[in-house]
Amino acid sequence: MSARRIFARPARFAAIAPYVWMVLFFLVPFGFVLKISLSQTAIAQPPYEPVFDLTAGWTAIRAAFAALGIDNFKLIASDDLYVFAYLRSLTVAVTATALLLLIGYPIAYGMARLPKRWQAVAMVLVIVPFWTSFLIRIYAWINILQHDGLLNQILLALHLVREPVVWLSTDTAMYIGIVYSYLPFMILPLYATLAKMEPALEEAAGDLGAPPWQVFWLVTFPLSLPGVGAGVLLCFIPIVGEFVIPDLLAGSNSLMIGQTLWLEFFTNKDWPVASSAAIVLLVVLLLPLLLYERLQRRQLEQR
Amino acid sequence: MRKVSRLSRFNIASLAIGLAFLYLPILILVIYSFNASRLVTVWGGWSLRWYYEFFGDRAMIEASWMSLRVAVASATIATLIGTLAAVALSRGERFRGRTLFSGMLYAPLVMPEVITGLSLLLLFVALNAERGFWTVTIAHTTLTMCFVAVVVQSRLGSLDRSLEEAAMDLGCAPVRAFLSVTLPLIAPAIVAGWMLAFTLSLDDLVIASFTTGPGSATLPIRIYSEVRLGVKPEINAICTLVIALIAVVIVIASLASKLSSSQGESAAPL
Repeated sequence: MSARRIFARPARFAAIAPYVWMVLFFLVPFGFVLKISLSQTAIAQPPYEPVFDLTAGWTAIRAAFAALGIDNFKLIASDDLYVFAYLRSLTVAVTATALLLLIGYPIAYGMARLPKRWQAVAMVLVIVPFWTSFLIRIYAWINILQHDGLLNQILLALHLVREPVVWLSTDTAMYIGIVYSYLPFMILPLYATLAKMEPALEEAAGDLGAPPWQVFWLVTFPLSLPGVGAGVLLCFIPIVGEFVIPDLLAGSNSLMIGQTLWLEFFTNKDWPVASSAAIVLLVVLLLPLLLYERLQRRQLEQR
Repeated sequence: MRKVSRLSRFNIASLAIGLAFLYLPILILVIYSFNASRLVTVWGGWSLRWYYEFFGDRAMIEASWMSLRVAVASATIATLIGTLAAVALSRGERFRGRTLFSGMLYAPLVMPEVITGLSLLLLFVALNAERGFWTVTIAHTTLTMCFVAVVVQSRLGSLDRSLEEAAMDLGCAPVRAFLSVTLPLIAPAIVAGWMLAFTLSLDDLVIASFTTGPGSATLPIRIYSEVRLGVKPEINAICTLVIALIAVVIVIASLASKLSSSQGESAAPL
């Protein structure tokens, strides 16, 4: 009998604790979101009804089930605020992901062409900002972008503008913040595929007379598509639900869905509507999530 | 044939600009934290004034202490469970519900935090759990164990299995072979996983906001509410301290992964 098979059995037992944990704290909570999204708002603690009480007997539970309904979803579909918020989230995510790809690709490409020793250094340099706090990095940009901040001071000193430019509370500031925060997520998968690429392929295309842009477009880019896919999903999915960056950097006249969810929950205390918004967000993200999960699993299992 | 340099001027420029973009804002923040002036953007000479202010700010100190405790507790639990998950995924071959298992482990990595936070809060409310230290710790563990699992799993995947097999051929029981052969080899990845979990927990605002209770704010929650009111120099000082703490953690983690790469292929994907 192969050793690999003997090992498999205790390894399977190792799955028990994480399995139970994830079912309890990841899967089951979604059940609650679904249930409360079908409940009615109530001025009570907790602020929704019906509240299931298993001790109240079968008829009470049946009555509670009968009280569930899809009113919250109807509200979301008919309320412009929500429709716009979903559309805006998708627009922002698509735009930001495209920007990230445009900015991240040259950097990843440069990294992959460095001498081997320097590649490791460059990779650490790209990862380190990912470790520093997310909130702190956004805050750093508020320092720079505010009315009398560094950027305006530089622009004024260079006589590029006559008056301070309003940067904060604009979409520009939000896109800067998103690109800044998610850049490592785009660079790393791109770099991983570009570094694995056989340099001889590009050289061969060049030797056969292709100009550099054609080498890039016909050889390099198609071969890097798996990395592009991973980077795009890794950025797109969380950006759709992003809360902190639009809240601190963008204006308050058009909200993203993460913000409306937060608002419903913390300010309006409307838990059922917030839950419905979460469910709709999840449905929107289901396809990219499934794609991402398959990609991730294949990548790890190929090793 | 002339050997063409693979690194073009364009490559170097994009690297330099990219790294400057990543680091300058943080550098500026650190410099401004030593600014004596009350106006954040007017330079008034070097000073430690805002650091004194921070250490005199009880609410901030309490929030920092809460964050540190949550980070240590959740990183430790996450490392234990996440490592088990990694072992199950890379050594367990097939078992029932494996697809669901790996799906549950990879989804939180990209799941919008508002959803994870909301769903956990609804669970805690339904369970009638008192919200505070433990609820935040559980929430952070759920998120960070997935990162630990990915880091450790990629190390396990690059490991030469013949070592384990040799140990078992020589009569070692599987569990013992794991403890005495595999575990020392993946130890650096486990350390790196702990560090990653620690910094992620220290950083989280959204999930903590949902799952904490009144009177037990974490540091990011405090910082966030201050930042919403406007820029304060004290925040620069706090942020610099957090960056310093994380820098120490990164140095330790990179030493650990250096140890790991000297024993074989480089592991950490993050």
